Amino acid sequence: MQAMLMIHGDTARWNALSPEAVQGAMGAYMAYSESLRQAGIMRGGERLRPAPEAALVRVGADGAPQVLDGPYAETKEQLGGYFLIEVPDMDAAIQWAARCPGAAHGTVEVRPLWDSPG
Amino acid sequence: MPHDARRAAERAAREGYGRLLALLAARGGDLAAAEDALGDAFAAALAHWPRDGVPDRPEAWLLTAARRRLLDGHRRRATHSLAAPDLLRRAALPDDPATLPDHRLALLLACADPAVEPAARAPLMLQVVLGLEASRIASAFLVAPSAMAQRLVRAKRRLRDTGAAFALPGPEAITVRLPAVLPAVYAAYAAGAADPADGGALAGEALWLARLCAALAPKEPEATGLAALLLHLEARRPAGRDAAGNYVPLSAQDPARWDAARQAEAERLLRDAAALGRPGRHQWEAAVASAHAARRVTGRTDWAAVLTLYDALLAATGSPVVAVNRAVALAEVAGPQAGLAALEDAASDARLTAYQPLWAARAALAARAGRTAEAAAARQRAIGLATDPAVRRFLMEQR
Repeated sequence: MQAMLMIHGDTARWNALSPEAVQGAMGAYMAYSESLRQAGIMRGGERLRPAPEAALVRVGADGAPQVLDGPYAETKEQLGGYFLIEVPDMDAAIQWAARCPGAAHGTVEVRPLWDSPG
Repeated sequence: MPHDARRAAERAAREGYGRLLALLAARGGDLAAAEDALGDAFAAALAHWPRDGVPDRPEAWLLTAARRRLLDGHRRRATHSLAAPDLLRRAALPDDPATLPDHRLALLLACADPAVEPAARAPLMLQVVLGLEASRIASAFLVAPSAMAQRLVRAKRRLRDTGAAFALPGPEAITVRLPAVLPAVYAAYAAGAADPADGGALAGEALWLARLCAALAPKEPEATGLAALLLHLEARRPAGRDAAGNYVPLSAQDPARWDAARQAEAERLLRDAAALGRPGRHQWEAAVASAHAARRVTGRTDWAAVLTLYDALLAATGSPVVAVNRAVALAEVAGPQAGLAALEDAASDARLTAYQPLWAARAALAARAGRTAEAAAARQRAIGLATDPAVRRFLMEQR
């Protein structure tokens, strides 16, 4: 199965980190990505730019578009990045989520994907 | 006094839960029904005791209340079956648990019954013997709470459907079935030790289970050996962190921070176990821990003795995790190159692909051997596989 590990973190806390702390966190993420690759389970992963840069788009039933400034939800923790991994089951996905540096400074949401048809 | 009543109920819960549940299950064979009845009894206690005072024998009160609930349930079902003789037999139990044999060993053995999938055994013990919540257990085992709850329900249903025995086992049954119980207790401890929530409460609970096994099966040296091992590990656990919360590896730990009382108890138990003349993996592992503990007195670690013990363990178990620990001991005796060669052999086992301690050991030994590039690559893997932020930080500072 595939699972998406979505990293929700406090943007304000991240912004308040010293340059060394940021460098350390980036190093931890690099090591984590590397361990996913070495385990042969990495299917994708990216870091997102800050949530306030988001634009929210809806099209009404009448066809009228509506575009708003982000973020999508007014919460302290915002989606900051994700990893897509291939694992045998949900237990294994949770184990990998616990190793993600994001689990130590925020929350990692583990969401299984629907199996793609065919 | 409501506060005292609540404390009395909590104490009865802590000390009596498994004993009461074992008694209830011994008669009915249905763990889930017994748990429900006991849960109701504890709820009733919390409602009655603050008002009416704590009964003289709280456990007897709880047992009576729980048994009444069970009987009510059986009576409701009995309208559809001729269960009267069975009902009479259940009702004939004496009221005071102290006059009954301790059925908790039967409960522990049932948790390790072949009908229960191995991964569910340790969680099941923590729930039925200690009364812990499924959600608390789930976090320690890194499993979703809903999945853990389902697994526990399934395990209890399988036990009921296969008619697993909750009767008090004879000595032969203990000898045959205990080997499945001990690894589950060990697994419960490992999960607890990796989960420092509530001051490591779960590790303490698992240690309590090991002591219980040792006390209930005094003629089984491996049960006593496991209790000795977990006491040693628990004695060292607080020294694994400095005052600032940083990770401290065993070799850098200050022996003064080890719990001397627990170590003394461990040594006593290990001697008792050894006196029975049947060595085994838990006794050898306890002996390894004992060799490390000796540094408090001698100021050094007898690595040759540790290596000999790991040789015995590896021969007996073939465990890849033991192979990693043996390689580390070998490096202390024969140098980092020899240790690295042994680690490379161990690393060929596919089960260790994501085993963090293997990569941490490789990083340390390669650095000592002057193999800088290899050390950096292994350290990177170890950082990426670490779950504990303190361990991750420790490794990153080595760069």
